[in-house]
Amino acid sequence: MITLDDINKSYILHNRSIPAIRSINLTVKPGEIFGVIGKSGAGKSTLIRCVNLLETPDSGRVLVDGKDLMRLDPTSLRAARRKIGMIFQHFNLLSSRTVYHNVALPLELAGHSKQSITNTIMPLLELTELLDKKNAYPSQLSGGQKQRVAIARALASQPTILLSDEATSALDPETTLSILQLLKNIRDTLNLTILLITHEMNVVKTICDRVALLEKGTLIETNTVGEFFIRPQTSTAKNFIASAVLQHLPDAIQRHLLKLPETNAHPVLRLWFRQGTATQPIISMLSLQFNVHVNILQANIEYVQNQVMGIMIIVVKGFDASIQSAIEYLKEHYVDAEVLGYAPDNIAV
Amino acid sequence: MLPITSLFSATLETLGMVSISGGVACLIGIPWGIFLYLIRPKSLLPFPFFYRLLSMLVNIMRSIPFIILMITVIPLTRCLVGTSIGTAAAIVPLSLCAMPFIARIVETALSDIPPGLIEAAVAMGATSRQIVCKVLLPEALFSMIQGITLMLVNLVGYSAMAGAVGGGGLGDLAIRYGYQRFDTATMSMTIVIMIVIVQVIQWLGDRLANTLLKRR
Repeated sequence: MITLDDINKSYILHNRSIPAIRSINLTVKPGEIFGVIGKSGAGKSTLIRCVNLLETPDSGRVLVDGKDLMRLDPTSLRAARRKIGMIFQHFNLLSSRTVYHNVALPLELAGHSKQSITNTIMPLLELTELLDKKNAYPSQLSGGQKQRVAIARALASQPTILLSDEATSALDPETTLSILQLLKNIRDTLNLTILLITHEMNVVKTICDRVALLEKGTLIETNTVGEFFIRPQTSTAKNFIASAVLQHLPDAIQRHLLKLPETNAHPVLRLWFRQGTATQPIISMLSLQFNVHVNILQANIEYVQNQVMGIMIIVVKGFDASIQSAIEYLKEHYVDAEVLGYAPDNIAV
Repeated sequence: MLPITSLFSATLETLGMVSISGGVACLIGIPWGIFLYLIRPKSLLPFPFFYRLLSMLVNIMRSIPFIILMITVIPLTRCLVGTSIGTAAAIVPLSLCAMPFIARIVETALSDIPPGLIEAAVAMGATSRQIVCKVLLPEALFSMIQGITLMLVNLVGYSAMAGAVGGGGLGDLAIRYGYQRFDTATMSMTIVIMIVIVQVIQWLGDRLANTLLKRR
């Protein structure tokens, strides 16, 4: 269990203090996979590094399994860190050691005997499917294999917590999926608590139970992943979800989109279909009832944690008044309509 | 030409000077380099003021021409080996000359290691000492061996210079016989032997470094 209690951290740059994270309050429950998502520069790395005190917060408390890490003396802190495994975007394996000896390193540091090291890490190499690679050097491995070595290494000292710092960001989509499956599998078999940071909504969608959205150093939204997808509160959250569910609008349309309504420009709407509405014929009702023409640019229906949600981007053509009542109709039927812009008549939408 | 036995013993003297002063330089230069790395600003045990001081000392020692250094440290040499002439005496300035070179090589080799590796080790609960012994030194070994090879080759050249002031070895032969007595055969032989020594050192260094590299 991890609790961050009012954590603040600033950096000094050119004699100016630049806040990296501000008043972070966060609790990760035992056995949970908790994701912190944010754009680059939002402070994700600082946040996760505060959990094992790779970065010391300026103020606040860091509680891991009931221990206040900031009050520990160096020796106890090192002991506490052994119970917090960590994996990284660039794996951080020792190039001079084989797979076996990389995984053995945390135990060597803790002073375990050769025999007990072998006893502990052989099952881990099996779990991470690395038995046949145990004598290979990192340079002989693929990215996915390297990350599996890093995972095995992080698990060697039998931690209760695993921190994942963009662990899949350097991997291709297929490998990402296999690493995420492995993490989920580890959580289930070893009953680990996992805190991960990522900028990819797909990572959150695939394995997280809960998610927090970090923007400019503050947590602006914390929710279960299902709720986060279905009822995003902020525009940043909506954009992240749209990025996971839809491709971006084609450049040709995006470029010509007007910010304000004009004559001969039609509103482009992003519709969010929540529980229940994703399976109803709402679009055809729009055409029939309000006499508007609906052109679907993109659409997708996703199943996240057993919740159904759909996102659709449409252009609505018709009289202003009918469009207004059409949007009202959507709201009444729990479909959230967001105006992305206005498409001029002369572009092909 | 000189009898072959004189050439042989001069070669042994050169090898002795190079290996002993190289060994002494490593013995002091490697910890010095590790220390420099550790007290760098933002390193594991930052101590910026002391770092600047020690780093400046390295620069000063490296900027003194060897021939001047040799003469300047004569009192120290007398104090340590009892004489300022001969092979044993030459070892003192040679070690002093190679020490800061090694220190800088080690510092640079260590600072080339990706910071993420150190971060990972800290996250595993490693002490600073463990980070140095288990992570930094093994990872930097390849470039350190290359640097030490470079230093040994330099020492061969410097040891010949030490011959100019009675340091013994091949340089001494080259100057006294080859140069002052116009003994071309001796001159050529000493040069050939020096070339062979340098080639062998470089070959051994490369081989050792490549075995390490091949393992990765």
